[in-house]
Amino acid sequence: MNKLPLIIRREYLAKVRNKSFVVMTFLSPILMVGMVVLIAYLTKINDNEKRIIGVFNESIYFSNDFHTTENTSYVQFRDISLQAAKDSTASVGYYGLLYIPREKSLEEVVQKTYFFTKEAPSASTIDQLEDIFEERLRARRLQDLGISAEQFAAMDKEYEIKTATFEGRQNLKGINEIKAIIGGGFGYLIMMFIIIYGGFVMRSVIEEKTSRIIEVIISSVKPFQLMMGKIIGTSLAGITQFAIWIVCGTLLLMLTFSILDIDPSALNRGTEIASGMNSNMTPTIPTANQTMQAYAQELYEIPWFMLICFFVIYFALGYLIYSSIYAAIGAAVDNESDTQQFIFPVILPLMLAIYVGFFSVFSNPHGPIAVGFSLFPLTSPIVMLMRLPGGIGEGGVPIWEIVTSIVLLIITFVGIVWLAAKIYRVGILMYGKKPTYKELFKWIKY
Amino acid sequence: MNYILVTKEVTKQFGKHIALNKVSLEIPENSIYGLLGPNGAGKTTLIRIINQIIYPDSGEVFFDGELLKPHHISTIGYLPEERGLYKSMKVGEQALYLAQLKGLKRNEAKKRLKFWFEKLDIGNWWNKKVQELSKGMAQKIQFIITVLHEPKLLIFDEPFSGFDPINANIIKDEILNLRNNGTSIIFSTHRMESVEELCDHIALIHQSEKILDGKLSDIKKAYKNNIFKVGLEVENGKGLLNELSNKFQLTSSEFNPDGNQLDFTVQLPNGNSKDILAFLAGKANMNQFVETIPSANEIFIQTVQNKDANE
Repeated sequence: MNKLPLIIRREYLAKVRNKSFVVMTFLSPILMVGMVVLIAYLTKINDNEKRIIGVFNESIYFSNDFHTTENTSYVQFRDISLQAAKDSTASVGYYGLLYIPREKSLEEVVQKTYFFTKEAPSASTIDQLEDIFEERLRARRLQDLGISAEQFAAMDKEYEIKTATFEGRQNLKGINEIKAIIGGGFGYLIMMFIIIYGGFVMRSVIEEKTSRIIEVIISSVKPFQLMMGKIIGTSLAGITQFAIWIVCGTLLLMLTFSILDIDPSALNRGTEIASGMNSNMTPTIPTANQTMQAYAQELYEIPWFMLICFFVIYFALGYLIYSSIYAAIGAAVDNESDTQQFIFPVILPLMLAIYVGFFSVFSNPHGPIAVGFSLFPLTSPIVMLMRLPGGIGEGGVPIWEIVTSIVLLIITFVGIVWLAAKIYRVGILMYGKKPTYKELFKWIKY
Repeated sequence: MNYILVTKEVTKQFGKHIALNKVSLEIPENSIYGLLGPNGAGKTTLIRIINQIIYPDSGEVFFDGELLKPHHISTIGYLPEERGLYKSMKVGEQALYLAQLKGLKRNEAKKRLKFWFEKLDIGNWWNKKVQELSKGMAQKIQFIITVLHEPKLLIFDEPFSGFDPINANIIKDEILNLRNNGTSIIFSTHRMESVEELCDHIALIHQSEKILDGKLSDIKKAYKNNIFKVGLEVENGKGLLNELSNKFQLTSSEFNPDGNQLDFTVQLPNGNSKDILAFLAGKANMNQFVETIPSANEIFIQTVQNKDANE
């Protein structure tokens, strides 16, 4: 009779019924959405704060440059001393006093202008004031040079180089980054899953050791069966948790949008308008709608089905490799505080994969470093997934690289699981020994 | 005689340490077999080999006449010395799980568990978590789990550690019951007093080697030194004692404070008690005449010391 399903079932239920697991599962989406709501709310409050700034203008310039904006209004002082202006600003509780002295030229006026406040003023207020002066100075200089404002606006234009493949297909700017971010998302998901649920596997092994139930169980089942059952059961619990998060998160986000009166489609419209303006100024590139269409087309053409298939393959293999290492670590130690020395070398390749992925794959998805790390088995699940959205075969990741990386991954998987099972088998029956790497190496030979 | 378990020259090595050195045992069916030895002698290693938790480097193990195979697991019950339960799992659920791991069907396991819970009077523990139970209570549950699948061979490693005397007695009676109903039992311990009460056969393991095995009564016979303890009611025993000392090999003698009771020990060649009985006939009232048989503990200590002295 096969006992693996029994073990998987127990491990799954033990994990899912655990109070802290339940609390985490339902609390974290609420916490996440709560954070978003809080940030949105705080930003709104921040924006709503009205500042009144006193302006004491003795110069002939800047007579009508200070327009009341959404959160700042200006009050003019006239015909009093600077000290009196300062005192009255402070006594009525205005935010600050802007003092513009009477001087011969605009430059001198600007040099000697001061902004007095009770405490150091906020950066946004300073920016606002500086913008007013900069605008004025620029207009003055343009005037001196004999350039009209329209001419200047025409000058200040960004340029984008158009790219295409040899076959003539138009490349879109930033599409590689977008694809890498999608792949990076998958890779990041794998890393988080491995670290969180690998840790669960490890703690579960330690629990069986410290509660001394382990020998009872392995007199009924093979240690290997127990280890695999634990890994699979825990990962199923993890998948359940992720699924709940996705569903809850989506629901709560929709709820939040409706409460805060944010129309998600408005976001799209906003970008359309922005790119529309852009296209007006550069009539040579396709119109806004066409650009959006092209991006959508490009994203649509990402081989999603293939990508998800590969995600499942790399996820399964990567997770199995790492969680068996975690299980072996759990078996080797007596309590969690002894695990640190072993965990760091395990997390290292994961971190490396993420950083290499973000720095190297973004800039050059098919460069030697990206290729190397996407073949190396301990990093390939993450790095390869970052490269894959760029396409497979022609112009994308060559087939041989995918095949090689999967073959290497499978070989590593078999090797690591074999080694981990050996360490596990010996370790679970060892008590009171502080394991060293040398000791672990000996266990493999038992 | 049928043997439930036979080991042939089983050897196991951990690194440089030899845990078992060519240990051969024959464990008869339907008996309680004491596996004795000091701590670290190799008892647990041998038991783990029988349970196929670890495998011998060389040698063979036969179960019920067949070479030991993974499928035999379901006909062996094992209560390890290092034992425990999942702390946050409910008692009933846990017992069901462990019974199913031994190959029992869920319904059958449930039925038997109910029976045992009733029998040991712990029926109301079903929905309790293990962390709410005392150590002794948890031990009872472990005992039930061990015997639930009605194995042919039961292995108990220090079964009484952690039990109070009352519960230890309950468990001892259950073990004897199981033996009487045809189960073979291996009983590993270094506590000798329980050996006398329970074991039919014993084997002594010392420093990874078997140094003694056989039927407990035979071993005792072999270890007896023909010393008899005699008690006499006497009026004036001094003269009698002198005569006795001349005729027989007295090893010790003692009068009680009143001087009307003489106790002495005597070594009789070949255990021949006829002569001394004939000599004493008509001379004194006898109120004790027993052969001093060494206890398992004495045999154990003596054998181990002899062994160490010979090395």
